[in-house]
Amino acid sequence: MIAPVFFYSALIIMIGAFFSVLRILLGPTVPDRVVGVDTLNTLIVAGMVLLGAAYDRVIYIDIAIVYALLSYIGTLVIARYLPGGLR
Amino acid sequence: MGFIVSFVWSFMLWLMLTAGTKGMLWSPEEIVAGIIFSTIVAYSTRNIIGEKTTRFLNPIRLLELVVYSIGPLFWGMVKANFDVAYRVITGKIRPGIVRVPVELENDAQYTILSNSITLTPGTLTIDACPEEKALYVHWIYVREEKPKSSEPVSGSFEKWARRLGR
Amino acid sequence: MTGIEYVIYAFLGINIAFNLLGSFALHRFSEVYTRLHGATKCTTFGTIFAVLAVIVHAVNRLNITGDPKYLQMALHSLVALIALLLTNPTGAHAIAKAAHLSGVKPVRAVIDAYEVKLKRERGESP
Repeated sequence: MIAPVFFYSALIIMIGAFFSVLRILLGPTVPDRVVGVDTLNTLIVAGMVLLGAAYDRVIYIDIAIVYALLSYIGTLVIARYLPGGLR
Repeated sequence: MGFIVSFVWSFMLWLMLTAGTKGMLWSPEEIVAGIIFSTIVAYSTRNIIGEKTTRFLNPIRLLELVVYSIGPLFWGMVKANFDVAYRVITGKIRPGIVRVPVELENDAQYTILSNSITLTPGTLTIDACPEEKALYVHWIYVREEKPKSSEPVSGSFEKWARRLGR
Repeated sequence: MTGIEYVIYAFLGINIAFNLLGSFALHRFSEVYTRLHGATKCTTFGTIFAVLAVIVHAVNRLNITGDPKYLQMALHSLVALIALLLTNPTGAHAIAKAAHLSGVKPVRAVIDAYEVKLKRERGESP
């Protein structure tokens, strides 16, 4: 059975997610924090797909699709407001 | 025309997401629900795709897009990712924002070229200016400060973008 | 069977290497733009291989068991990959443009043509 491999790789990817959370906490400027959030979103999509394979649940992968699309909208909204409001 | 294109694509996405509900195929209820929801989506987005809508249904163009993304784009991503991995480990960087003149006509070509440039690491499109026919690209290791064409930045991508976005 | 398992191990190895490299790049570099290079693009490349590993696994299980659940798993992973590939470069571009417009200039840059252009549009001398 290969499912534990997917679980452990999801675990290691979450270590990477921890580093990007650290960047969100430390980041000196606001764009630094947004870069951290963007990295975190991509890593969470990868983690959800791997966990879906590890637990044999298709619904986790559906969550990954919705998360990818919604986090993109969130990034765009922050980037739109960053230069100083909607213009 | 925009209605038909939007309907076909949303129905195909629905079919892809609901495959396997009856054996390996689709149950009739899923197909009826898919037609209803695709009609709603297509009616509400019929005016968003403005010009040249038929190219989204051209099978040869779609095949070219698939060939492009599997062949040159993926190979460029592999090469450039190892380059960035080397720069992350050693820290040898020479960053800068360069102006890259391009010869493109419409918005689709600009979208394809700038997304390809951003997807291959080492280069990152900051702004696209169709009025002065130029892209502003952040480059992690500047080799030429004032490139005359997009050749040193993106290789053969400009040719592909011109072909795909016609 | 074992050959397919080795393919899955290789894909997962590439995935872990590039995803960790992307998150290390956030701390390795010193300003926004170079961090964006390492972070958003290395993680995109790693995630492509994560999804490919899941697709290979699902197709393999589909051949063995014939359960339609694995067909759904492969197709949904493919949709997730396409969504990620379409949205990620646009997000990176939006962050870079917003960072430049909000006044974070690239440090140690050898050339900044975009700053020259913005100054020309505002009517200042470059």
